[in-house]
Amino acid sequence: MDVLQLQRKLREHQAAMLREGFLDDQFSQLQKLQDESSPDFVIEVVKMFFDDSEKLLNNMTRALGQVPVDFKQVDAHVHQYKGSSASVGAARVKNVCATFRNFCETQNLEGCVRCLQQLQNEYSLLKNNLQYLFRLQEQIQAAGGSIPTIE
Amino acid sequence: MGLGLKMKIQEMQMVMQKHHVPVALRMHEQNGSQKRKYTLIQKNRALIPLFLLLWILVMFYFCCNIFNKMDADAKVRRKEGLESQCDQRARMLQDQFSVSVNHVHALAILVSTFHYYRHPSAVDQETFAEYTARTAFERPLLSGVAYAQRVVHSERERFEKQHGWIIKTMEREPSQLRDEYAPVIFAQETLSYLESLDMMSGKEDRENILRARATGKAVLTAPLAFRSHHLGVFTFPVTNLSFLQSHETRKATAGYIGGSFDVESLVENLLGQLAGNQAILVNVYDVTNSSTHLIMYGSQNEKGDMSLVHESNLDFGDPYRNHTMICRYHQKAPTNWMALTTVFLSFVILLLIGYILYGAGIHIVKVEDDYQEMEELKVLAEAADVAKSQFLATVSHEIRTPMNGILGMLGLLLDTELTSTQRDYAQTAQACGKALITLINEVLDRAKIEAGKLELEAVPFDLRSILDDVLSLFSEKSRHKGLELAVFVSDKVPDIVMGDPGRFRQIITNLVGNSVKFTERGHIFVKVHLAESRKPTMNGTCETYQNGETDEVGHISGGCNSKTLSGCEAADERNNWDNFKHLIADEEFLFDGLVKKVASSECYEQVTLMVCVEDTGIGIPFSAQDRIFMPFVQADSSTSRHYGGTGIGLSISKCLVELMGGQINFISRPQVGVHFHLLQTLDVHKIKNDVRADVRSSSSLRSQPCVMKPVELLHEIPLTRLVSAKCNTLKAVVCGDVYSDYSADMFRERIMVFGRGWSFNIWQLDWKKNGHMLKIPQMILLATNISNAEFDRAKAKGFSDTVIMKPLRASMVAACLQQVLGMGKKRQLGKDMPNGSTFLKGLLCGKKMLVVDDNIVNRRVAAGALKKFGADVKCAESGKVALEMLQLPHNFDACFMDIQMPEMDGFEATRRIRMMESKANEQLTNGDEHPHLPILAMTADVIHATYEECLKCGMDGYVSKPFEEENLYQAVAKFF
Repeated sequence: MDVLQLQRKLREHQAAMLREGFLDDQFSQLQKLQDESSPDFVIEVVKMFFDDSEKLLNNMTRALGQVPVDFKQVDAHVHQYKGSSASVGAARVKNVCATFRNFCETQNLEGCVRCLQQLQNEYSLLKNNLQYLFRLQEQIQAAGGSIPTIE
Repeated sequence: MGLGLKMKIQEMQMVMQKHHVPVALRMHEQNGSQKRKYTLIQKNRALIPLFLLLWILVMFYFCCNIFNKMDADAKVRRKEGLESQCDQRARMLQDQFSVSVNHVHALAILVSTFHYYRHPSAVDQETFAEYTARTAFERPLLSGVAYAQRVVHSERERFEKQHGWIIKTMEREPSQLRDEYAPVIFAQETLSYLESLDMMSGKEDRENILRARATGKAVLTAPLAFRSHHLGVFTFPVTNLSFLQSHETRKATAGYIGGSFDVESLVENLLGQLAGNQAILVNVYDVTNSSTHLIMYGSQNEKGDMSLVHESNLDFGDPYRNHTMICRYHQKAPTNWMALTTVFLSFVILLLIGYILYGAGIHIVKVEDDYQEMEELKVLAEAADVAKSQFLATVSHEIRTPMNGILGMLGLLLDTELTSTQRDYAQTAQACGKALITLINEVLDRAKIEAGKLELEAVPFDLRSILDDVLSLFSEKSRHKGLELAVFVSDKVPDIVMGDPGRFRQIITNLVGNSVKFTERGHIFVKVHLAESRKPTMNGTCETYQNGETDEVGHISGGCNSKTLSGCEAADERNNWDNFKHLIADEEFLFDGLVKKVASSECYEQVTLMVCVEDTGIGIPFSAQDRIFMPFVQADSSTSRHYGGTGIGLSISKCLVELMGGQINFISRPQVGVHFHLLQTLDVHKIKNDVRADVRSSSSLRSQPCVMKPVELLHEIPLTRLVSAKCNTLKAVVCGDVYSDYSADMFRERIMVFGRGWSFNIWQLDWKKNGHMLKIPQMILLATNISNAEFDRAKAKGFSDTVIMKPLRASMVAACLQQVLGMGKKRQLGKDMPNGSTFLKGLLCGKKMLVVDDNIVNRRVAAGALKKFGADVKCAESGKVALEMLQLPHNFDACFMDIQMPEMDGFEATRRIRMMESKANEQLTNGDEHPHLPILAMTADVIHATYEECLKCGMDGYVSKPFEEENLYQAVAKFF
């Protein structure tokens, strides 16, 4: 594939992700932070986010499996997750987290479990999308093109 | 007693209440906040009526017992009284009786002495009668006495002969034959009918006589059946021997003394002598025959109190006869009122006590129920409040995100090459965007106004720049409408004052917004000066126009030559040009040098500012003037249709002004305009050098010799003010008349400013005619409303890029001047766009930062963002690690602290850091201190309360998460 096409694809993909709310402005900000001094900044952060996500999701699953459920503990995990998702601009994950926290507050186990599933769902979607995005970027770089920035 | 009891009850109540409150509290503490808590009383609420009932029953029983006891006491007393009275009576009766008997005894001895031992007998009937009559007082009980002689049958005839009558029986018939007779020979007169009657003829009398003879003592008969029962007879033997042995008595008996005694009168007399005889009913009985009691005194029929009877024995000295006295009370025992009332009253009192306790219990339950309900409602309300704050925070955040995009883009746009006009537009757009964000924050705070929770800031702010911003906000609109919009700030007004810039801006925005909305032609003029300096000029005309009477309106509008900003008539005539000039002249003294001014403003503690907003709009009708500050009221309902708006602006302005301790008022004339003026006292900020440099940014302009050539008279002052405010050493010359001013000096001037009315054609001609190609002055054209064609024409004449659209704004004039004077754009960027990333980079470059966040992703992003601006960033993943890293001495310049972290949150960590710092400073004795490490909170919440919390624990500010450049800049700029 030629570079131009790849770049177009990347732009479209990223625009779609923004449009569908997977990502928000913060992600663009993140991309802006990436410069010559830290060329892999976004990927690094997002990788961290993935690791963090998996750890936190596991923690949440475990915490919700306990009897009785320690909602404070769950809430702490969700809060963490909300923070990191906000940092990378994962808007939909962040929103689910917000709902999740409300359920935690009202100690609604059913809602929490539903939210957890939703989170896992959202997370895997986001992960797939982002991985695809990074693959595209890699391909572009491999082909010698520059990564277009989204304005 | 009643009072004492009441007091006691109250005391008890108080004690109970006192006792209960701590109990309740304790229980609250124990149970935690979630569960519904019950106190002892509440738990047993169902038992309270039961307790009342039980109490009443117990008290009733208790009272009954008391009553019974008291009653029994009374009965015993009554009985004792009866006994003692009865015994007393019996004793007296006995005594009296024995006295009588003794006397009869004496009589017997008398008879035996004078009748038997003397011969002839010294006693005859007459003597006896007289003697007995005269000694009757000695025998009060006896109605009479009689002496009967013993006569044996053998002596009967002799006896009858001697006395001259025959012995008769009781039935007054001649006596039959008997062994012996006892005819009465002497009798007291009362008993004279007994003479010659044989006492032995009656059966009972005979027995009596025989018995008396046998015993030698007085004997009593049973009460006589004839003539009522009350008469008794007693018989006493009379002997003719002086000394008798008992066995000799019978033989020696010579006769008998008998007496009848009237028990009734006897007892009657006796009782008469005693007190209380009325109350007691006395019966005397002869009980010799135990089966039938013979009544001697008192009537059997008389009913007394049959329940209580006392019997006393009477001993009349006759062992054969037994007598008793039976006493009863006349009346039944009276109801014991005393006991009854006592008991009743105490029962009532106890009942009341019970009821009071019951009431107290019920009340406590009710109060505690209410309390609990309140608690629940409070929790609900708090939850609602939190939800609302969260909602507002969320919404504001949601709006901010796109707004940040807009502002960011504008920022980027401003980075590019722009003409001054474009720059102005872009800057205006950016300012408007910022104003919008501010407004969003204001919406957040609106709720607080309503809740009365509005907190006013007291931060230093630049009044002029605020006015500038407000002006720019409305510049588009006013330009569109063709209005003159100008601001004048007196030089006396300090540069930096303390106060709440947001609120101040809100007020001005409201007022100017209103003016713009309701003005179709003319001008809007905002003027700020010190209240003191205005006073002398307004003394004269003050009162006249406050009333705004109609005839005066007509008068004034007749004189059309108003010297105001736009030439249109204004509501407050004092505000005209002449006054204004006067005011300026006053201030000229202070215009000599900035140093002097700064010095003078520094020595003020407070200034009272007069802010006037004048327009030439439709005005406010008189009828509506008094309710114009009421919320949701517009002068005329048709206005809202015509002009739109809700009418809340003025009321909020008034609220805010009053909160800040100022006053707002207005003068208005319909169809002429409104003149709002507000008086506001503000603290003067002690100006720091760096801040001043920032405000008076255009230091580059200082050395430039410039002369303004304002052409349009009415603009000159604002312009010079503006320009001189911005570039304070500019020399401004004001020339009213252009034509008169073609001197050679003019060509040394570098900047000329033209009003629109200036015909530049002529100017150009003149310019060329002079021919000197010395240095063509830079020219700036002022325009209010310029069409594209005109704009092109102006460009052609040389006003390229240097058309300033009114309203004049300091920043714009400065930008324009800078451009005209050919100063570097870069420099200008730094000044005008201090929030640009370039600036931030300069600010943060090389600084050592510590980022504390437990979330690795957040940490990385924050670090990345800071690194981008050249900072040297270290990270810590918890408060504890941060504390270790910040052990003194350290070389960090600032610290960004996440608030919500496990183990030790940001607040706690900050507190400890501050503690550490102060401890270290205490230990340092030699004066130099460890620098105060700026700590900035990183938070996703933008609620004001969080901010307060931050400040409280020693933080210096906060940045919202995720980082935004502007936000970061604002927070960081304070420290570097």
